[in-house]
Amino acid sequence: MTLPTAAPDARLALRDVVAGYPGSTFELAPVTFEVGPGEVVGIIGPNGAGKSTLLKAVAGVLPLREGSVALGGRPLRDFGGRLAFVPQREDVRWDFPATALDVVLMGRNRDVGWLRRPGRHDRALAEEALARMGLQGMGNRHISEFSGGQQQRIFLARALAQEPRVVLLDEPFTGVDAANRAVLHEVIRGFARAGAITLVATHDLDEVQEMTTSLACINRRLVAFGPTSETFTPDNLRATFGGQVAVFA
Amino acid sequence: MIDFFADPLQYPFLQRALAEVVIVGVLCGVVGTLVVLRGLAFIGDALAHAVFPGVVIAYLAGTSILGGAMVFGALTALGIGMLTRSRRVSEDTAIGVVFVAFFAVGIVLISRQTGFTRDLGALLFGSILGISTSDVVVTAVILVVVLAVLLLFLKELAMVAFDSTLARTLGYPVFWLDLLLLMLVAATIVAGLQAVGNILILALIVTPAAAARLLTDRLGRMMALSAVIGAGSGAVGLLVSYHAGTSAGASIVLTATAAFLLSVVLAPKHGVIAQACLRRRGEHHEHHAHVVEDAPTAEGVPDRAS
Repeated sequence: MTLPTAAPDARLALRDVVAGYPGSTFELAPVTFEVGPGEVVGIIGPNGAGKSTLLKAVAGVLPLREGSVALGGRPLRDFGGRLAFVPQREDVRWDFPATALDVVLMGRNRDVGWLRRPGRHDRALAEEALARMGLQGMGNRHISEFSGGQQQRIFLARALAQEPRVVLLDEPFTGVDAANRAVLHEVIRGFARAGAITLVATHDLDEVQEMTTSLACINRRLVAFGPTSETFTPDNLRATFGGQVAVFA
Repeated sequence: MIDFFADPLQYPFLQRALAEVVIVGVLCGVVGTLVVLRGLAFIGDALAHAVFPGVVIAYLAGTSILGGAMVFGALTALGIGMLTRSRRVSEDTAIGVVFVAFFAVGIVLISRQTGFTRDLGALLFGSILGISTSDVVVTAVILVVVLAVLLLFLKELAMVAFDSTLARTLGYPVFWLDLLLLMLVAATIVAGLQAVGNILILALIVTPAAAARLLTDRLGRMMALSAVIGAGSGAVGLLVSYHAGTSAGASIVLTATAAFLLSVVLAPKHGVIAQACLRRRGEHHEHHAHVVEDAPTAEGVPDRAS
């Protein structure tokens, strides 16, 4: 099955995106921004600001109520297999009967296609991705047998195996120790070098300063957007977080 | 011991019954695996109830019970699919209200018949000993079709069960895949009507799969084990019911329950005894975990020092 490919310079464009959970009155006011290849976009805001909602709307997990999400002018949905989503740890069912390799191979499903089984190429990509995450030879272990940091690396390996154009990371820095944090940084930089666009929802402001090229400040609406160097300002942070943040400019 | 098996099997009606319960056991075991993993046990129960009026209507009209149940099963699966999609009403509340009402409709319909208690009993609790050869053949065909569909879409169904977020991100039609699974469940419920009846079928779908989950951490093995436990429960339960003079459907379900309880206690890794042993060797276990937790050092990944 051949999937559509986007031009190397294709930009990710959110236009007037309105999103919310079905049946919920919470709604994220129209969000518009555009980023290019290799960018790492931090999505920051207080709890309940709609960071996850925005990420899931971009992922296609939540239906868009209004607006559009496009890569190179074409709906992002069309690039299914090239869109990687790394969930929060507590959103994963660790009791499911799956090995690390099973999980990584699932990321290849769109490329494998309907009615087919993963081929040699898919397996090789999956094994290589696990190896790059320091999990070589552990593919046959059940997912519950790994430590927390390793479990995150399984899902990072899945994202790698997708050869993604757009990567979505949901609170990736939460509860991660120093060693795994370094891995995470390297993976994100690797995505950027490969020309992927990475969106990181986080409340970790130190990470935002260090890792992102652009910043989207969210509090039920887009408070500010721009290059991190210009957007990470006391005024913007105050407007985003209200009085919750002691600002250290 | 040999007589336990040989004695009843000299009767053709029991041979047919045995074939039927083994087929249904395999079917329930395999489909049940996905029901348990996708967390559809409650919806499956609702589905079983909602199929009932279709069974009754087909029965009263003198047409094929399987046909009538199939039509209702498909409609119900569609209805439940829509309901879970809209999420405007609390899903479990809606299921509780609507589908038990369906069940009541079936009972009202059949209660107008004279001698309805006997008919009702047969539909609710199965009538395995009265099964015909053609019924067995139809059940076998359902098994083959369901297994074929399942094998063709196992990759996708497993993905939706494990991580529906990934499935949606990749652009899969999660709604239709769930609907497909519900259709398979409906077919399984219908196929099991004569063997264990409308009320007990859900136990035969959920219990072997739950037992199998305790025995293995691999999806393929879980399905195979679940099928074996389902078929074994069917055969043993039927023979016990023959010797003890008890209801076949209930005996089958209780045999499956016994298999589940044995798994809870004896399963190699997840069982009560194994867990207790693990805790006693806690120090050893921690040491093992420490060995596993190594910082990645492969190329492209910095080690702990960097």
